[in-house]
Amino acid sequence: MRKVVKYVILDILKSKIILSYTLVLFLISFSVFSLEDNTAKGLLSLLNIELFVLPLVSIIFSTIYIYNSSEFIELLVSQPLKRKSIWLSLFYGLSVSLVVSFFIASGLPVLYYEPTVTGLIMVLVGCLLSIIFVAIALLASVITRDKAKGIGMAIFLWLYFAIIFDGLVLFLLIQYADYPLEKPMMIISACNPIDLSRIVILLRLDVSALMGYTGAVFKDFFGTTKGLMTAVTVLLLWVFIPLGFSLRIFRKKDL
Amino acid sequence: MISINNISKQFGKLKALDSLTIEFLSGECVALIGPNGSGKTTLIKSILGMVVPDDGTILFNKKNISNDWIYRSQIGYMPQIGRYPENMTIGQVIGMMKDIRKSEKNILDEELIEKFELQGMINKRMRILSGGTTQKVSASLAFLFNADVLILDEPTAGLDAVSSEILKEKILKENSKGKLIIITSHVLSDLDNLITQIVCMQDGKLKFQKAKSLLKMETGEEKLSKAIAKIMLQN
Repeated sequence: MRKVVKYVILDILKSKIILSYTLVLFLISFSVFSLEDNTAKGLLSLLNIELFVLPLVSIIFSTIYIYNSSEFIELLVSQPLKRKSIWLSLFYGLSVSLVVSFFIASGLPVLYYEPTVTGLIMVLVGCLLSIIFVAIALLASVITRDKAKGIGMAIFLWLYFAIIFDGLVLFLLIQYADYPLEKPMMIISACNPIDLSRIVILLRLDVSALMGYTGAVFKDFFGTTKGLMTAVTVLLLWVFIPLGFSLRIFRKKDL
Repeated sequence: MISINNISKQFGKLKALDSLTIEFLSGECVALIGPNGSGKTTLIKSILGMVVPDDGTILFNKKNISNDWIYRSQIGYMPQIGRYPENMTIGQVIGMMKDIRKSEKNILDEELIEKFELQGMINKRMRILSGGTTQKVSASLAFLFNADVLILDEPTAGLDAVSSEILKEKILKENSKGKLIIITSHVLSDLDNLITQIVCMQDGKLKFQKAKSLLKMETGEEKLSKAIAKIMLQN
């Protein structure tokens, strides 16, 4: 299994995409912090980039990679290797490359300018988001054989998590404005890893004061260590559930 | 060595395999023949675990292969159309396979790599290879690990006369060591002096399984292709 992971990572490094992604993200991260004299502002700008760009790159790159390695997967399946370890090797290879490139490009600047717990949480959440969207990409690409359909599905999933979900929540809030929605909102936010990450980080920043009563309820829960642990657990579930489903499908898939 | 019991496989509306039962014994050289779309490749892929049958069992050395993977270390497989990672060179592909399948007990057999003169183009990328050269790589990989069972899907398609002869010689040599060899091919004249058994499939079903000598005797034909044509016409 370790051998297959090695070949996957070597293959990913050979395509220049990950390297250019790292370089661009690194430049953005540094310039964001250099433009603002207040690191909290820099952190906030970077947060928005992190919550949009990171999932997008992660899901699209992984989906395309899986489709492009269909020959490689076919070759491996006919060899004395477990299907489970082939699939997990692909997952590890993609996750490691994306997490390392995020850590170098964005994690190091954040930890340099903001060496606090908040900075650390932001880096951790970024790493988790990268892995979550690799897992979702694996699920999207194992469901359909058609490359165009698979990539379309990946883009739609990103659109849903990054934009459409917020619209639906807003719609829900306005429709049921007369009811106390603070508690249900916490559960709804767990249904979207991007939202959950945003809440966890925003609550560490001063701007959370602008979030009104809902913000206060959130702070009450996610502000505590226990709340933070819960949030991280939910994010981990977002890794394991899509990965588990994709693994189940892959084990029965005809190649 | 390999027994296939009542396997069925459906792709959408198409029934690729229809409760098929075949037995392959070690030491045989089996020709798997049948018209296009009769389920030959699906059968081979089922034996390799690349396709999961809907129904029935496949036993390899009396062990069920579903959810097993170790048995594949005893199989060398040459696909009909070899598909390899495009950015890797021939040398890297061979190196990777050695790395993945290496174990103490199998001695590497690099005879075909030498005879096909692949050493000279070890740095060529898989993307730019011609169909024939890709076939040579596939064949070399199939024989590389001294596997007990060799499954060759259309092995001589796309190979030139010289390479085709090298491969046939190699097949004969390995067969004489008591290995089970399963070949699918359309060019029957190619197989005439190689094979001992003939398995004919049609519409996912077994049409007949006979020893070559018996088949020739029954039809009174000297040439295998004529013998088979005669049988097909009879039915």
